Amino acid sequence: MKLTLRIWRQAGPAEPGRMVAYEVPDANPDMSFLELLDVLNERLTLEGEDPVTFDHDCREGICGSCGVVINGQAHGPRALTTTCQLHVRSFADGDVIDIEPWRSVAFGVLKDLMVDRSGLDRIIQAGGYISAPTGSAPEAHSTPVPKPIADTAFDNATCIGCGACVAACPNGSAMLFTSAKVTHLNSLPQGAPERASRVLNLVEAMDAEGFGGCTNTGECTNACPKGIPLDSIATLNREYLRASLGRK
Amino acid sequence: MSFYKLGDDIADTTAPDVPIEQRWDKRRFDAKLVNPANRRRHSVIVVGTGLAGGAAGATLAEQGYHVIQFCYQDSPRRAHSIAAQGGINAAKNYRNDGDSVYRLFYDTVKGGDFRARESNVYRLAQTSTQIIDQCVAQGVPFAREYGGLLDTRSFGGVQVARTFYARGQTGQQLLIGAYQALSRQIDAGNVEMHARTEMLDLIVIDGRARGIVARDLITGEISTYIADAVVLATGGYGNVFYLSTNAKNSNASAIWRAHRRGAYFANPCYTQIHPTCIPRSGDHQSKLTLMSESLRNDGRIWVPKNPGDTRSPDQIPEDERDYYLERIYPGFGNLVPRDIASRAAKNQCDLGRGVGPGGLGVFLDFADAIKRMGEAAVREKYGNLFEMYDRITGEDPYKVPMRIYPAIHYTMGGLWVDYDLQSTIPGCFVIGEANFSDHGANRLGASALMQGLADGYFVLPPMLGNYIASNKFDKVDASHPEVAATVAEATGRLDRLLSIDGVRTVDSFHRELGEILWDECGMARSEDGLRKALGRLPELREEFWRSVKVPGTGASLNQSLERANRVSDFLELGELLCVDALHREESCGGHFRVESQTPDGEARRDDDRFAYAAAWEFGGTGGTPILHREPLEFDYVHLAQRNYA
Repeated sequence: MKLTLRIWRQAGPAEPGRMVAYEVPDANPDMSFLELLDVLNERLTLEGEDPVTFDHDCREGICGSCGVVINGQAHGPRALTTTCQLHVRSFADGDVIDIEPWRSVAFGVLKDLMVDRSGLDRIIQAGGYISAPTGSAPEAHSTPVPKPIADTAFDNATCIGCGACVAACPNGSAMLFTSAKVTHLNSLPQGAPERASRVLNLVEAMDAEGFGGCTNTGECTNACPKGIPLDSIATLNREYLRASLGRK
Repeated sequence: MSFYKLGDDIADTTAPDVPIEQRWDKRRFDAKLVNPANRRRHSVIVVGTGLAGGAAGATLAEQGYHVIQFCYQDSPRRAHSIAAQGGINAAKNYRNDGDSVYRLFYDTVKGGDFRARESNVYRLAQTSTQIIDQCVAQGVPFAREYGGLLDTRSFGGVQVARTFYARGQTGQQLLIGAYQALSRQIDAGNVEMHARTEMLDLIVIDGRARGIVARDLITGEISTYIADAVVLATGGYGNVFYLSTNAKNSNASAIWRAHRRGAYFANPCYTQIHPTCIPRSGDHQSKLTLMSESLRNDGRIWVPKNPGDTRSPDQIPEDERDYYLERIYPGFGNLVPRDIASRAAKNQCDLGRGVGPGGLGVFLDFADAIKRMGEAAVREKYGNLFEMYDRITGEDPYKVPMRIYPAIHYTMGGLWVDYDLQSTIPGCFVIGEANFSDHGANRLGASALMQGLADGYFVLPPMLGNYIASNKFDKVDASHPEVAATVAEATGRLDRLLSIDGVRTVDSFHRELGEILWDECGMARSEDGLRKALGRLPELREEFWRSVKVPGTGASLNQSLERANRVSDFLELGELLCVDALHREESCGGHFRVESQTPDGEARRDDDRFAYAAAWEFGGTGGTPILHREPLEFDYVHLAQRNYA
């Protein structure tokens, strides 16, 4: 397959960026999207050009490192699929593919397709945990958790922190990310003691990091490779209201 | 004998000489304590943020130590522990099915083919129950029954259901638990977290580990960090094979640099190969993906009888297929143990009967299962795995048989540690997959997560406290000659990589290294093959240093330079891997020497000659490594040939 990749090249955070077109005449339909970039990079290296920088690690859709905007869509055209799990066979011979980094006020570009997502870590640091110092835990079976609640917690805990929700949102909001953590921990009996402070602190941190507000466009959940539902944002709003009203 | 020298035997001297059930209690009681008020004056470096490192960093910080922690990823949440699928073992005996600490200990020693240290394994089993309590308290959403209690399942040939799980994402959920605990300590100012920062070398002063040299991967700046102790939690070295189920950037540089500074490297030849991975699709392949072994419960494995048969599988009639596992092992059929299934697949492909690109694959066929159970039942049981396979290969397993091939996915070897998890460099502790301690020659399923968390949450912290309480720490700053020399060496190495400006990319060397190791030191190893590899590897290493091409500069973000630095270490580690495999003239666990097998092709141990852990001392680049043997004693689980019949 012959593909044309138009890739955002930017040498550093303060440098101007631009789209640069590269031909890949020998793309194989069975390549993953990142392997396509690998092949291009091998060639650029031998030609003495700077290879394209991008984040990646596990390449099996779970670490959350990778993520680029492909033809305007975060993680590309396939639903519930991270960039590393997308394959070249999703494209047609002769296609021109635009590849850009996550675009958001809160995610500065570091180089080419790599962005700074440390704001998401700081949201978790503000209270996205249950305070349970090592050694202090009671016997695991001392608190049964009804299965539906455990399942809701699990569904939200599957967030991989890739930032696609932020990249897809016209407002650059991190509401889906934040709501997944609030829903995961506030659903569980173990999370109850910090329920109010958690949601207040997370939302405060989210705002302080410069993420935008939520206007319920739902682009986030469409882009989410793990299918975190929009309901979680409703849960976040409910939890936030409850905490703001001082109800325990 | 020329490929290694024999040094003095070594021994673990820290496990107390009391009955095995009392050893850990006694060790903790004998350990010196650091007054809580004094702990903040002591700093500890933790490299890595996976299950072991994340758990250790959080726990040490909770106890009051000042923790300086590092990961090469952009966030501590991304460490490769996150990709573990199956589960975590614990001797809770919630099923009332006869499980106990002793049984978990027994299964682990036996599963490790009698090449692990009993004291450590017993402690691991003892600690396992506390891990589950800890994780549940953190909000880890384990699978539950309708009554609200935790669900468990059986795993990997074990006869009790002691594996706790969170769908197929147990590693992710446990890691997020440790990450959140670590995040709480970062927010509290007790952990100084350096993401996107990679350790380049270990700083050893007066024989003790006192810090690291690290590179900021964004700016390229090289800095030194000084502390009272250094904890390496940097995972395994599976990527020495280039293609493995490890994350792309998983590397052995931290442990290899510590090895070069004096830490012994134990049992590098114990590598684990998983039989059910998705085969490579071409030369562009960058990594391999595991699929759960549970597929072998209902799928049938076969290859065409005629070598080179390229017909599509539905065109191959029944009498031209060889269901080779069912034929060779009629008792176990498709459910033979991992190592046997892997070797059998390789043998078929070596005979030219492999399928798919390059003939490196065998069919895993669900046609009969679909006929027997109906497609809906198959979908219910295996739907998510079939989807994953479809996403990667573009083939529908409901219609076409899947293709599978074995791949490297875990390394039992690692830096040698004593019962305190301290390496042969005082003050350098090694935890999780990075050490060699608990799995012997073969790791059982769902035991990696258990060991990582046991080391990080419960075993390391009191032993580290003992080390700090037992030593005095002079102030060290960047002007210390050892610090300056280590920085100069690390910087010089990067400069040298950048200045070669040769004709081959880093990846092309890494691929070639991987091919040599996979062919000669993979599923089956022979003296001839290993000697061949040991002839070729030094040439490849020299060629690398002569003709690698690393573009860009060191003073900025440069992923090619990062890779070159890691591959330069893999090239040296690959040689030691082959030396260890060549010297161990027995088969055990993941190490299969073709010269040492039973008439029916099973691994044959040689306990008279090899019942020891092989701890290697660095002999210089291209030099001769020195073997120190730690004799293993089996006072509780008596030596016997593994038999799963």
